[in-house]
Amino acid sequence: MDNMTTPPANPATPHTGGTTPAHTAHITLTVNGSAHRLTIDTRTALLDTMREHLALPGTKKGCNQGACGACTVLVDGERVLSCLALAVQYAGRSITTVEGLAGEDGLHPLQLAFIEHDGFQCGYCTPGQICSAVGMAAEVARGVPSVLTADLSADTVALTQDELRERMSGNLCRCGAHNGIVAAIAETHAAGRLARSTQTDLREAAE
Amino acid sequence: MTPFSYARAADTAEAVRLGAADRAKYLGGGTNLVDLMRETVERPAALVDVTGLSAAIEARDDGGLLIGAAARNTAVAEHRAVRLGHPVLARAILAGASAQIRNMATVGGNILQRTRCTYFYDDDGSRCNKRSPGQGCDAIGGFNRNHAILGASSACVATHPSDMCVALAALDATVHLQGPQGARSVPLTALHRLPGDHPELETVLQPGELITAVALPAPSVAARSTYRKVRDRASYAFALVSVAAVLELERGTVKEVRLALGGVAPKPWRATKAEAALRGNPATERSFRAAAEAELADAAPLRDNGFKVELAIRTITAVLGALAEEAA
Repeated sequence: MDNMTTPPANPATPHTGGTTPAHTAHITLTVNGSAHRLTIDTRTALLDTMREHLALPGTKKGCNQGACGACTVLVDGERVLSCLALAVQYAGRSITTVEGLAGEDGLHPLQLAFIEHDGFQCGYCTPGQICSAVGMAAEVARGVPSVLTADLSADTVALTQDELRERMSGNLCRCGAHNGIVAAIAETHAAGRLARSTQTDLREAAE
Repeated sequence: MTPFSYARAADTAEAVRLGAADRAKYLGGGTNLVDLMRETVERPAALVDVTGLSAAIEARDDGGLLIGAAARNTAVAEHRAVRLGHPVLARAILAGASAQIRNMATVGGNILQRTRCTYFYDDDGSRCNKRSPGQGCDAIGGFNRNHAILGASSACVATHPSDMCVALAALDATVHLQGPQGARSVPLTALHRLPGDHPELETVLQPGELITAVALPAPSVAARSTYRKVRDRASYAFALVSVAAVLELERGTVKEVRLALGGVAPKPWRATKAEAALRGNPATERSFRAAAEAELADAAPLRDNGFKVELAIRTITAVLGALAEEAA
């Protein structure tokens, strides 16, 4: 493992009540291929751990209650909401944030497509949108149905515009850039480049 | 959030042992519990992580299916045996929440999720008998468009928010439990309680009891099933009304039917009156509507949710009509 860091025992985000050693956890979190040894308050969300303790502010805190998708990250390739995830539950898992998507050869194809299609205005929801779309591509590739899927026996999914919008409904954009977002995802998916290896995959493969 | 200790259970026995501690709570995907802890509606002193327990989805000898309580919602919805044998369950799960939340949420946690009544959530500003027994209910005289029309009480009008449970109710699912006193199983329809005078008691689970699995009986080959959810927007919203239905016809008459409703009651609502009105009767729109009306005859709408009565009647009628067409 490279880049082992041991930040000081952290002050937790504002809370009520005092803590004791029983409320502290020693964990190793693997983010974007780097393992980090951490001592955290058990109450700390995965989102806050990455932003406040690992200097990875790419993942954004929107609603902090699982309604907006801005905090979406990939855990073992699956998209989850890091605001509702307690960091202690994710020790030993492989986490990928938007910082881990770009490769040696530059931005992830979907990042380039977001620029090309104006897939954002303020940009706050963008990291979550992009991580979510990469996770969605893996779901589509293994044939996970959606509420719109007419034939549940079908092995493959055709990612129509309606399917794409349904599958991305957990990511809100208050600027209203959804048309550009959908165009960027559809184009990258059609080109077969949405599920391209991430920095995390490359690093883990090298180890 | 109040401080808590955290432990990951290696097996069911360890989970139940740790779960017996004072103010301990079992933790699944955290999509509801973590949110409620942040709002200080839930204040556990200890969390016992049960996501490492069985998540297997296995065929049973009797043709049924056993789903480990730690199975993620997505894993259930995409499983071949669920999609082909119990489409109502796959469709109900896929109608709920967002893809991210379905990837996190477990089956056990989905069953035990708590109401999204905004007064229940508002720890600082609202009275709620479920959150603080005896305090009163601000939903009854408040904005109650999303609240219950069936099974509510003068103490509580909150709805159970799950889509998955509505399908499980229609499938005659059984919930397997393990607790300090041993193992037992309870029909899903008997797991949740109606509020009565004690809305804080939501299930028949004893202190420390853990959901370990859900069992589905073998599907009838001739039966058709589906789930329809009516909500304020096309995706990622809780149900105003939802209907899970399993229908089997024989020469144009209803041989077997199992119906359950979501969004209208404090628990997944098995529509037994409608079922009784349908069995042995012709599979026509007229009898479907009459059965739906029989079920909703007891509805007690509040100030803002009277629309749910007709919406439920129409949705039941439409879903049965669609299944009858498919089965014919």
